[in-house]
Amino acid sequence: METTTTVKKYTFKDFTSDQEVRWCPGCDDYVILRSMQKALPEMGVNKEDVVFISGIGCSSRFPYYMDTYGMHTIHGRAPGIASGIKLANPNLSVWIMTGDGDSMAIGGNHFIHLLRRNIDLNMVIFNNEIYGLTKGQFSPTSLIGQKTKSSPYGNTQPPFSPGELALGANARFFARIGGNNPKDMTQIFIDAHNFKGTSLVEVLQNCVIFNDGCFTDVTDKNVKEDRQIFLEHGKPMIFGKNKDKGLVLNKLKLEVVTIGENGITQEDILVHDAKEEAKTLHHMLVCLEYPLATGIIRSFSDVTLEERENALTAQVKANSKFKKTDDLFFSGETYEVK
Amino acid sequence: MITTKTILQPEVLEAVVVRFVGDSGDGMQLTGTQFTDTSAMFGNDIATFPNYPSEIRAPQGSLYGVSGFQVHIGSVEVSTPGDNVDLLVAMNPAGLKTNLYSVKPGHTIIVDTDSFTKKNLDKAEYKTNPLEDGSLENYRVIQVDMTSLTKEALKDVEGLDNKSITRSKNMFALGMVYWMYNRSLEHTFDFFNKKFKTKPHLIEANTKVLNAGYYFAETLELIPNAYSISPAKMAPGTYRIIMGNAATAWGLLAAAEKSGLELFLGSYPITPATDILHELVKHKHFGVKAFQAEDEIAGVTSAIGASFAGDLAVTTTSGPGLALKGEAIGLAMMVELPLVIINVQRGGPSTGLPTKTEQSDLLQAMYGRNGESPVIVIAASTPANCFNFAFEAARLALEHMTPVILLTDGYIANGSAPWKVRSVSEMPEIKNHKITKAKENWSPYDRDEKTLARVWPVPGTPGLEHRVGGLEKDRITGNISYEPINHEKMTHIRAEKVRLVQNNIPELKTEFADSGDLLVIGWGGTYGSLHSAVKLINDEGYKKIGFAHFNYINPMPKNTEEILSKFKKIIVCELNSGQFVSILKNRFSKFEFSQHNKVQGLPFSNDELIQQFKLLV
Repeated sequence: METTTTVKKYTFKDFTSDQEVRWCPGCDDYVILRSMQKALPEMGVNKEDVVFISGIGCSSRFPYYMDTYGMHTIHGRAPGIASGIKLANPNLSVWIMTGDGDSMAIGGNHFIHLLRRNIDLNMVIFNNEIYGLTKGQFSPTSLIGQKTKSSPYGNTQPPFSPGELALGANARFFARIGGNNPKDMTQIFIDAHNFKGTSLVEVLQNCVIFNDGCFTDVTDKNVKEDRQIFLEHGKPMIFGKNKDKGLVLNKLKLEVVTIGENGITQEDILVHDAKEEAKTLHHMLVCLEYPLATGIIRSFSDVTLEERENALTAQVKANSKFKKTDDLFFSGETYEVK
Repeated sequence: MITTKTILQPEVLEAVVVRFVGDSGDGMQLTGTQFTDTSAMFGNDIATFPNYPSEIRAPQGSLYGVSGFQVHIGSVEVSTPGDNVDLLVAMNPAGLKTNLYSVKPGHTIIVDTDSFTKKNLDKAEYKTNPLEDGSLENYRVIQVDMTSLTKEALKDVEGLDNKSITRSKNMFALGMVYWMYNRSLEHTFDFFNKKFKTKPHLIEANTKVLNAGYYFAETLELIPNAYSISPAKMAPGTYRIIMGNAATAWGLLAAAEKSGLELFLGSYPITPATDILHELVKHKHFGVKAFQAEDEIAGVTSAIGASFAGDLAVTTTSGPGLALKGEAIGLAMMVELPLVIINVQRGGPSTGLPTKTEQSDLLQAMYGRNGESPVIVIAASTPANCFNFAFEAARLALEHMTPVILLTDGYIANGSAPWKVRSVSEMPEIKNHKITKAKENWSPYDRDEKTLARVWPVPGTPGLEHRVGGLEKDRITGNISYEPINHEKMTHIRAEKVRLVQNNIPELKTEFADSGDLLVIGWGGTYGSLHSAVKLINDEGYKKIGFAHFNYINPMPKNTEEILSKFKKIIVCELNSGQFVSILKNRFSKFEFSQHNKVQGLPFSNDELIQQFKLLV
């Protein structure tokens, strides 16, 4: 089923639909949209082979703005629909665009099973730690104490960390990126596309209306270099404006050290291995609060569901005496009435 | 060793109902299936129904652990598994106790006396042994030490443990029944040879026990003349015995091949629908993609995704699962994608009676979604025609670009009957609305003039990139629209689209009488019961009782009103409290409808139906 047609050349305009974008002015969703429109021409895929699927929420308007195939479905269920599309036609590049509520509250069951199965598709979570479209209730990623329309005295429900939940469900690819960082986001989308298996990208997305500034302490451009560590496979885990901070393992914990102090040299700093199968270090990185880990945290190549299915189907087909349904219907215990 | 009581001359019957009952582990389903297949090959018409406990391994000897298999064989047309039985084979006291009610007075019961121990009698809550206390005087009881005789027959076979020996006593019973009905043993011998290919000692053992039972019955002078049932008059052709759920699965396979589409099933296990999944997962050789999802909702949503991508997409479930799928079915209706939803109805509400039959999901199928959300609803009516209606569900979904709910039920899904094998070449053509090129100013909501079905552009096709969704859309462009008049128009278009399916389905037929005093109406899985009751009452001399059975419920056949107008009285019979009749009353308000309803998890019996009909004529 491999397509042999050559891939057309595109610009971001080819992926822009004629629909007026209706997100609130200043929303990070615009950044995600433009980053995706810029990433697609770099993916080497024909636009007729691209499908965007969403559930319900602000993020879920996304497919309408892309000039590709798309479906705006029902709350929490985009993973099921996307899985069906990919299993029906493995040539397609399938994207699930979702939010924290859509993916981890109403769609939580589908979320974990999608990651467990490892179908070759992509999911982008717009995490703004709030319900935007229903106008400001707490979400499964809202913080304890967060005051929202449905928690006027402060939220009492502890949050999920999307990355931690994803690793628990055996995610093979997990990346995190600030909603104000289009350059790296674009590259992460390309890498997610190229990764064979389910890839999950969490975007720390600011909601200007209901949760403004929720990530400012890590994403603001004045602090981000000191508060974030942008991970790259095969490179040392160094961060900070002066590139002098690094991560080391101290017993069973990650520790921030300063290169040049206490005899620490660059040699002592951990080197990021995103492709490692064992999740221990990836889990520590996902849970780290200072610095907040961004970039591709995990990218472990594993057999996909389609590969297993295709191999089984080929084997059954090769060994079967049934080529047409008539072969089956007239086989075995039939008898003649004259 | 053997005694009989109250020997009555056996009636000469055109048809006989036999029921095998015993513990879940006694092999009653296998025994029943063998008797069925052998009789089918002999040329009888057949209808069967298994009845087993929902517990996987219920405690041995308990009343609720009884497993049964009923088969109705005839030299005439047989349309139900039968109400009352002519022969009961009871392998233990619990089986006797729970099934005695069904034995026709004067008819035969075979029991394994070895199982009538104090312990088993206690478990079956018998205070005294029914074989000794005279309570079975109205029946012809054949008492056989079946377990001992089986052991005796196997004493020279090596390599058998005690468990395998006692487990083969069902073959002793089968051997006896084969002799009584003059059946050949060959089919079952073939079965042993295949099943135990690698275990020759089991072939030998089972063959010996089957023969032992057969010759035991033959040499017993106490068993009177064997019944002889001639072959039935059936249309010539190749037949096989098929269960309703398998027929459903095969109908889908045929539809996929006929339409040239790949078949996708998204499903989640639920009784009594799971056998459709079991059947379809086997057929990877036809490229079937059967996806066991994490829940009912993912079952239907994965199917919607596959439909968007161009497959023939199906989801299968039973009542509670249909409730969970409701929102997604509404989406499929709104985005106007072809989708087959199969609901094998069971007793409800809530978890209800999972292993029993009922027709109580009709209104859920019709209306169980938010907003005005019409879909096509059809129902199969026999185990064998599950094949046709599964095919038909796929045809209508593809030709009209809409979800189709196919209702079957536990009774026909688990029942089996002869099926005249249909080659795919005999099946009707299936068109679809796929497009490969964009016309100027095309829209995904461009419609076929006659059916209002929209076009079906699938991902991977250059130039047809488009978005669909659950929001209301402009009726011309397909873009999101909140415009009030547009919404009303779209609501009407979606309803009209389903109504127009009337032009693509057969007319309603009547049987027995075209006009007259009483029209008996049914739908779905009650066809066999109603047909046989109407036939019996007409045979009694009532001549003006007609029967109309609905397979198409939404929309109904065009001539429905015309048929209703030809009878003085109408009675609608359903295994619910009156769901279909409420639809009929609403649509055809000028007619008066009587109704007969039953909500016991059981099919109708002839007696109760005939009694009802007589009240009206």
